[in-house]
Amino acid sequence: MNRFLRDSGHLARPALVLVAGLAVFLVVRGAVIPKNFGKYGHYRPAALDLIRQHPAAFAGQDQCLACHDEQAKTRASGKHAHVACEACHGPQAPHAADFVNVKPALPDVAALCARCHENDAAKPKNFPQVVTAEHSGGVVCNTCHQPHNPHL
Amino acid sequence: MSGVEGFMYPNEVELQWSLLIVLYPYITGLVAGAFILASLERVFKVEAVKPTYRLALLTALAFLLVAPLPLQLHLGHPERSFEMYLTPHRSSAMAMFGFVYLWYLTVVLLLEIWLEYRPDIVRFAQTRTGVTRWIYKALTLGSENLSPSSLRIDDRVGYVVTVIGIPSAFLLHGYVGFIFGSVKANPWWSTPLMPVVFLFSAMTSGIAAVLVLYVISMKLRKTPIDMRCLDTVAKYLFYTFVIDFSLEMLDLVQRTYEADESFRSLDFMVHTRLWLSQVVIQIFLGTLGPLAVLAVTQLRTFSETLRRRLYITASLLTLVGIFAMRWNVVIGGQLFSKSFLGYTTYKVQFAAREGLLPAIALMILPFVLFYALVKLLPPWQEHKATEA
Repeated sequence: MNRFLRDSGHLARPALVLVAGLAVFLVVRGAVIPKNFGKYGHYRPAALDLIRQHPAAFAGQDQCLACHDEQAKTRASGKHAHVACEACHGPQAPHAADFVNVKPALPDVAALCARCHENDAAKPKNFPQVVTAEHSGGVVCNTCHQPHNPHL
Repeated sequence: MSGVEGFMYPNEVELQWSLLIVLYPYITGLVAGAFILASLERVFKVEAVKPTYRLALLTALAFLLVAPLPLQLHLGHPERSFEMYLTPHRSSAMAMFGFVYLWYLTVVLLLEIWLEYRPDIVRFAQTRTGVTRWIYKALTLGSENLSPSSLRIDDRVGYVVTVIGIPSAFLLHGYVGFIFGSVKANPWWSTPLMPVVFLFSAMTSGIAAVLVLYVISMKLRKTPIDMRCLDTVAKYLFYTFVIDFSLEMLDLVQRTYEADESFRSLDFMVHTRLWLSQVVIQIFLGTLGPLAVLAVTQLRTFSETLRRRLYITASLLTLVGIFAMRWNVVIGGQLFSKSFLGYTTYKVQFAAREGLLPAIALMILPFVLFYALVKLLPPWQEHKATEA
């Protein structure tokens, strides 16, 4: 029995290396996993605070309507009533915070309209779609359509 | 839009899984295949393949060390992959791969190589000088016991490790197939047959790789090739390839007969975008070609030189064919739209993070590692034969 133990003793060595590796892994794991990991889900709870610290990019519909009354009325009476302002004008939180110094650029109408209204077989049939090149022959959309209420 | 034909959803236009993800199952497959070949001698007592036993183990190790690298490069943030081990999620197939990989590397392959090479390591630790002596000293793990009884115990434990290694190798590679087979939204991938097909193609490519490496090693060392060994390896290559091909054909027949809503779209893709890589390279050049060559060598008797050349040709074609298979699975599965109304194009970049250049480097790396491993742990056993 003693001889067997002596002749198989070397097998304990790779096992020890493996156990040592495992122990190092567990120590590192214990040290680097953030506290409360998994409290709300498979993530760090502190990540929520970090995300909250990001500055808001969108001002929100109500902020826009507070000043732009005329455009709001035009839009409400047309087909774009349910399209949010910042869907076309882009995120405007900096403008809402400082409307004197931060002036938003007007959208590039030719590209903007085509983004939704370019003809595409995947879109519902009743959605207004045109092949822009044939439809206007290069004339920009807002020459004929008013973007806030696009009906002619 | 250039490269797009018909209708694609916006998130389908650009391929997310690139050439590097083609390399990943290819390299992992070579590992599993090489290990299965090694187990032929150890567990199934196929004595004829003994000259390739150690070579197959080193091949498996060299490729296994490189296997996660394409994924790391693809991730872009390699340091994040470590988090997968720290906080694994049960629903993450990739996290499970990490553990299967580590199990296979440490408990199976490194242990088996250590047990197999222990007498050589101890001998080198006692006879070599300088730095190499210390390397071998470290590899002995502090035990220089080479008594006949200890070697007998090593042999038995090695046998058990190989027996555990076979299902582990199956798990490692079947699992790579599982990653694709379980994507239920993709009809090109989603089939329970995927792990099995991946496994058998892995065995085929691994056996072919070891055959080529064995012949090249013998040529470089100017040592006569053991033709009995080569004939046997080629015979097993033929058998596994026949099973692999039958499984792939079963899959094809099943898909064609079933002809679900995706069939017309996928069939069109195979006849257009994948024609060269799937039909010409994978099926004709990389499968029927080597199968025909191997079948002829089984049926007719040829001279040794001709047989050697035929085996090498068949093996190289097999390696090309299996690579094409991985390409067609990974890339092919992303070329069509889920709407079944359109197709996109994949253009490989050259000197980019996921381009051709890093892919070539990643394919050369296992051979560099193999060379280093052969230098460190010479697999040649002629001296033992002469001593005996």
